[in-house]
Amino acid sequence: MSTKPQVPVLEGWFTEQDGKAFLLGTRCCGCGTYYFPRLSTYCKNPACDSEKFEEVPLSRTGKVWSFTNACYEPPEPFVAAKPFVPYTIAAVELDKEKMIVLGQVVEGVNVSDLKAGMEMELVVATLNEDETTVKTVWKWQPVVTGGAN
Amino acid sequence: MSGDIAILGVGMHPWGKWGKNFVQYGVKAARDALKDAGVNWTDIGFVSGAATMRCGYPGYVAGATFAQALGWQGAEVNTSYAACASGSQALAAARTKILSGACDVALVIGADTTPKGFLAPQKGERPDDPDWVRFRIGITNPTYFALYARRRMEMYGDTQDDFALVKVKNARHGFTNPNARYRKMFSAEEVAASNMVADPLRLMDICATSDGGAALIVSSLEYAKKIGRGDAVKIAAISTVTPTFASAVIEMPDIATDSAAAVQAHSFRAALPKKAYEEAGISPNDVSVAEVYDLSTALELDWMEDLQLCERGTAAQLVRSGATTIGGRIPVNPSGGLACFGEAVPAQALAQVCELTWQLRGQAGERQVANAKVGITANQGLFGHGSSVILKR
Repeated sequence: MSTKPQVPVLEGWFTEQDGKAFLLGTRCCGCGTYYFPRLSTYCKNPACDSEKFEEVPLSRTGKVWSFTNACYEPPEPFVAAKPFVPYTIAAVELDKEKMIVLGQVVEGVNVSDLKAGMEMELVVATLNEDETTVKTVWKWQPVVTGGAN
Repeated sequence: MSGDIAILGVGMHPWGKWGKNFVQYGVKAARDALKDAGVNWTDIGFVSGAATMRCGYPGYVAGATFAQALGWQGAEVNTSYAACASGSQALAAARTKILSGACDVALVIGADTTPKGFLAPQKGERPDDPDWVRFRIGITNPTYFALYARRRMEMYGDTQDDFALVKVKNARHGFTNPNARYRKMFSAEEVAASNMVADPLRLMDICATSDGGAALIVSSLEYAKKIGRGDAVKIAAISTVTPTFASAVIEMPDIATDSAAAVQAHSFRAALPKKAYEEAGISPNDVSVAEVYDLSTALELDWMEDLQLCERGTAAQLVRSGATTIGGRIPVNPSGGLACFGEAVPAQALAQVCELTWQLRGQAGERQVANAKVGITANQGLFGHGSSVILKR
């Protein structure tokens, strides 16, 4: 485990409380629509003109909508390890928010390990590391149901 | 009053990586279209250009840039930017001008010179820009195409072999198209042997970016009759609707869909042709041929369903049966599609209209779809832009 300071790659997008990771969103006080990334200006629902929002942590579990991986190194501003290590990506549907959120999947989980409808939970993990800091990001991780298989 | 306008002429500069200035592609396409129309450049009353964001200031004012290159002659100009739908927006501007009676005949034109390699975001640290954010956390364009493709596999049982069939079919269609960049037949085995980019999509499943140019000469029906072209192919609808909140599908460059907690979710792709059918008073059953935006092989299958050419979830069966091949029930991408062209953003939506014009005139040579009467295009780009155009004989 690195002793370098851990810095979120995006300030105010996610947090950890009691070892549990949450995405930080907002909820329109007028119509109840959730926003991630957080929105605090004008509600995007055409039937709502509210400009009031409350800050809410989003559901930290959801179901796989779809998934893929990145076999090639993305262009900047992505910071890739040398040599580049492919990673898995999931689109996860949050039930309460009725919203699909993208994210990398934790290391060690491959495309062949995933299925639509699988339960996933949010964790905070390393995105990339340089000489001074570890940049962290939210990632999806399959919920271990214990005893299955 | 009819909302139709006539397509008098079409022209293209072949797609490729020619490395020339985009203006050269546009001028070549425009001159071909003028010749095809039998209209003099000095008779054009309105020049409607599709902008390119990659070629500096002349690209931002593309309408004027092309008008100057062809020789200032006092026409009015317009430039439209709407990502992949820029060409259709420029066409819609020309239609409005024509139908309002403000002009008889217009040139609609788009061309692009693309950089080598992957499209990358602008430099700098911009956490408020969703396009910057998604690249920073490792979400590229193929990520979105692959998520849609995998969703089909999970929901409908499509396979990677089905996606490969789309590539094989489009490669065969484009093989003899003089404007296509890639004129090479592919076998399903060759597609399967290409490198995986974003599982389940391989290199041969994903389209490249290209240079190219396309142009149309469009006019009022009265003008067409006056010059003896009363039989010209007509534009019956141009849909450039925006999405309706909330988004049902994760759209590039977003990190999340809208929340459908308070309102129903809507598919943007399905909304684009729906509006076009309504505007034209034409049913999906009447369509003889379609040109769709196959940024990936699997996306062609999504489009077939969004265009209501088949039931949701059944597009792969149509491809397997050969129905979407030239000679089949409903040929899709007879030009070879983006698979054979690569994407030249401001020219692409116009290239789709060029192909359908040739098809409806019966001038498509070895690519000809027999007795094509109605054609439809579909495309979608970033930030709520997309289009669908219906042509009829």
